[in-house]
Amino acid sequence: MTRIAKAFEKTRAEGRPALIPFLTGGFPTLESTVPLILAAEAAGADLLEIGLPFSDPLADGPAIQLSSQRAIENGATLKWILEQVREVRKTSQLPLILMGYLNPMLRYGLDRFVHDAVQAGVDGMIVPDMLPEESADVVAASREHGLSNVFLMAPTTSEERIRKIDALSTEITYAVALTGVTGARGDLPADIEDYLARVRKNTEKPFVVGFGISAPEHVARLKGKTDGCVIGSAIVKQLDGTSGDEATRRLTEFLTSLRSS
Amino acid sequence: MTEITRDRPDAGGHFGAYGGRYVPETLVPALEELEAAFEAARQDPTFQHELAEIERDFAGRPTPVYHAERLSSELGGAQIWLKREDLLHTGAHKINNTLGQILLARRMGKQRIIAETGAGQHGVATATVCARYGLPCVVYMGEEDMRRQALNVFRMKLLGAEVVSVTSGSRTLKDATSEAIRDWVTNVRDTFYIIGSVVGPHPYPWMVREFQSVIGQEAREQMQGRLGKLPNLLVACVGGGSNAIGLFHAFLEDEGVVIHGVEGGGHGIDSGAHSATLGQGEPGVLHGAMSYLLQDAEGQVQIAHSVSAGLDYPGVGPEHAWLQDTGRVHYASVTDEEALTALQRTCLTEGILPALESAHAIAHVIRVAPEMRPDQSILVCLSGRGDKDVHTVAEHVKLDG
Repeated sequence: MTRIAKAFEKTRAEGRPALIPFLTGGFPTLESTVPLILAAEAAGADLLEIGLPFSDPLADGPAIQLSSQRAIENGATLKWILEQVREVRKTSQLPLILMGYLNPMLRYGLDRFVHDAVQAGVDGMIVPDMLPEESADVVAASREHGLSNVFLMAPTTSEERIRKIDALSTEITYAVALTGVTGARGDLPADIEDYLARVRKNTEKPFVVGFGISAPEHVARLKGKTDGCVIGSAIVKQLDGTSGDEATRRLTEFLTSLRSS
Repeated sequence: MTEITRDRPDAGGHFGAYGGRYVPETLVPALEELEAAFEAARQDPTFQHELAEIERDFAGRPTPVYHAERLSSELGGAQIWLKREDLLHTGAHKINNTLGQILLARRMGKQRIIAETGAGQHGVATATVCARYGLPCVVYMGEEDMRRQALNVFRMKLLGAEVVSVTSGSRTLKDATSEAIRDWVTNVRDTFYIIGSVVGPHPYPWMVREFQSVIGQEAREQMQGRLGKLPNLLVACVGGGSNAIGLFHAFLEDEGVVIHGVEGGGHGIDSGAHSATLGQGEPGVLHGAMSYLLQDAEGQVQIAHSVSAGLDYPGVGPEHAWLQDTGRVHYASVTDEEALTALQRTCLTEGILPALESAHAIAHVIRVAPEMRPDQSILVCLSGRGDKDVHTVAEHVKLDG
């Protein structure tokens, strides 16, 4: 059984959505990335998303845009991030999912990147600017090397298309909570329950929800309606301007508050 | 799968290996709806009639082709003809596209218009058609471009548009485009995004080309009327590439017609500060399409440079990428300095102040015309007028007296 499958088996048995923090690789500092991932695991993360920085992150709001820009300035590259994953894997079996835009992967070489990611210990990959229609090369490389593809759905996605995305995804799918970019918001969309019910009805695999989930009450509201909650911008905001122990302490406190929801 | 022809891309919007759709999932239904609406509109005589009428009465089509006799004789080579898109309402070819898209937006019942702009010409052209049809308009513009093109910012505001300053990244067209796409992802249900060039996800590169190809259709007929034959060479500047593809498209099957696109060479190719995407870039994905891209070894998009805000873009339309790879079109570049010199020379010999973008095309002509015979002809797309650039030119050029 894969690390991802095991994680969802556990959270489903416990009757709660998986807690999935997002960290931009190389943010707030290069040195903080490995300690932050391990701190997230210690604070109860069930899976973790690692953002691959890109200069033009179309699906991201200001917080993740800024973290991405900082990470690039810090010198974070795809190769460097895979080295951090290798380091984490020495002591941790936390499922790790990369979230990154297509162009840096193309530049690295798609097949080589997927191969190297799996070798480093990456479990899955989300590419927010890659639709199923343009995914043949990534899917082929992933099937060959054993990487889990996670495709995204949105509130505007038709039921027929949700079924197609569920079929193409390897183990799990990702429901974008709202029409918009990533970023913390005061409230979840009013009609999110209807949307998630539509996703549930048309998917066989577990699905997680992300975009705009930023507070314990959001996680509480989604309980029973999804298999996992991804929290990104709210964490990135907590970490902005921090480093070292201060960064890990902030992350631990924030994740603890989400877990108690 | 439909076959790729010079008429249209394949069903997925590909021109060879380029184009396609690389966007967040949220936009898929909107792009499908747009494609279907455009497909229906282009086959609808009522739509075509309405577009032709507004292009004539409001924008000033057809534009003339003009024989630049003094410039031709000074250069002592081929005869130079200018397709006068600079004479259009709002001062550039951009209005051809915004009129087409606003009619489509109305047909689709969209209530709100957004656009990105670099030099401000597309922003002005969008604000203009929004005022004409009474639709609210938001234009995203890089902070750096707002400084360089203050006059156009004011024009957009006069026309009732809201101009949003974009302060992320390089604060130019690249970032303004990203921000416009983020707005569209957020407001996709009621908003129509009028993209200003032959870039972005399918169907935009194809649709914008169709709206701009009126340039070449008119010019082809006009040149045949004036000379009894086709020109030997076409020249147009390429930023995103909409005026260029607009001129080129009607001539692609004319094998005797040589075609040159001209990119912004900035401070010179070797300086690294340029916007020669086709000449120096590598294939990659930006703003929804696969095309050539200025990028570093890590696949991060690089900042382009050109004295002309309209060429200052690290990407390029996917059809140009395909036309380069197939060898049908040759892409060259000229430097900022050559463009500024060409701008002054066009003023002095022809009494025409070209836009800095269009001056790049003329600079290339100044290079190649002397190598051609006087019985040969070059047709240049004079894509816009230079009023907006006077301030920039004054920063670079010292005039006596």
